Amino acid sequence: MIEVKGLVKTYGPKRAVDGVSFTVKRGDILGFLGPNGAGKSTTMKMITGFIRPDAGTATVDGIDVTADPVAVKRKLGYLPESAPAYPEMTVEEFLGFIAEVRGFRGADAKRAQVDRAIGLTHLAPVRKQTIETLSKGFKQRVGFAQALLHDPAALVLDEPTDGLDPNQKNEVRSLIKNMAVEKAVILSTHILEEVDAICNRVIIISRGKVVADETPASLHARKPGARLDEIFRTLTASDV
Amino acid sequence: MTQISPVFKREFFGYFRSPVAYVFLIVFSIASIALAFFIGGFFKAGQASMERYFMFYPWLFLFLIPAAGMRLWSEEKRTGTVELLFTLPITTLEAVLGKFLAAWAFLGLAVLLSLPLAATIAYLGSPDWGVVVSTYLGAILMAGSYLGVCSLTSALTKNQVISFVISLVACLVILFLGWSVFSEILGSIFPTWAVDLLSNFSFITHFEAFTKGIIDPKDIVFFLSLTGFTLFLNVVAIER
Repeated sequence: MIEVKGLVKTYGPKRAVDGVSFTVKRGDILGFLGPNGAGKSTTMKMITGFIRPDAGTATVDGIDVTADPVAVKRKLGYLPESAPAYPEMTVEEFLGFIAEVRGFRGADAKRAQVDRAIGLTHLAPVRKQTIETLSKGFKQRVGFAQALLHDPAALVLDEPTDGLDPNQKNEVRSLIKNMAVEKAVILSTHILEEVDAICNRVIIISRGKVVADETPASLHARKPGARLDEIFRTLTASDV
Repeated sequence: MTQISPVFKREFFGYFRSPVAYVFLIVFSIASIALAFFIGGFFKAGQASMERYFMFYPWLFLFLIPAAGMRLWSEEKRTGTVELLFTLPITTLEAVLGKFLAAWAFLGLAVLLSLPLAATIAYLGSPDWGVVVSTYLGAILMAGSYLGVCSLTSALTKNQVISFVISLVACLVILFLGWSVFSEILGSIFPTWAVDLLSNFSFITHFEAFTKGIIDPKDIVFFLSLTGFTLFLNVVAIER
């Protein structure tokens, strides 16, 4: 579903992403791990077509993002880091805007899509509230609703559980798990427990390079008995 | 190009979701009428003409259009919604045009709020409607050019204050080229043909023709091409 081939991005003298390659199939929930600044967000921004790679490319459902970014954006759902949204709009207005941009133009089609997204993310109690008045957990859910609105086959989620309380984290995780059955999902995180909780594959990147790409079980098997964060530390030791 | 309409709608109604629209429209109306009454001698002139109302427009626009345009892109950059916008299936050109047209329509509304004044002079005397219509047309075209400059400068920074100041200076330069006081100073340094050439690039020179009832294609072309050129640079500035 999502295929990443040799992505490179350089900022000044620093290679933020240095030849990252991997594939994600339908049904996969890929945990994208790495220390802060390792290149997780940059990689995701290149897959979603927000920034252009210096070399390499990514394809979504066979469409090359460097050749036809708009077509890729039509296929993907993307939750950017910290879930940006227009603060002065209500939840309903905001999702209505997303629905229109996503091509649901008629009043009925638009409402159906918005209601579905609101139902999936349990936003009904705040649908008439402006986004600036929402708590962080609700804002994050608005970001989710926006990413899910057109029922995309591939989802890219940048730190979806960042800044949420334990209950909200749990809820977001079960949400991801439930909808991932038929989708390809990439989620970045630096919370290692998340990997065991929901992912069926893990990629660890360090200084812009992939240092591990395997199942959580084989990651554990690298050092039997050790905790995940010890393994993580060994793998990313060069990234100080 | 069908994607322009949701962007337009969001942006246009966005003005009215915050106090910005009301403050702007009220200040615009009061300031434009105060200038006409107290400095222009609107009634003292004893003419059934809007000339003394519109003669201050280039100066009024100088301050108020940067105020309306400064947020266009810098706000999106500051709040991170630019990442949301450009991971939706929209091209940069569609986004730039949608936002620009929305702001332009909003400014058009501000200009049209002076219609009661036109009704008043129609009641008191018999104005030349051809001149009134051409003046409105000129004012709206000029607003588009000012706004093009402001939209461009707004795309260059995420700081609204910087955006405002740069817009104001850029518009001031374009305005000054045709201001008689400034032309005289230039005339003492440069030959007359050079001064004439420079003043051809000013808002005032081209707007004055409209206020006299002359709709000259070269004035229309001037405003539209300045608008088009700044919007082209705007797209380049965002894609860079």
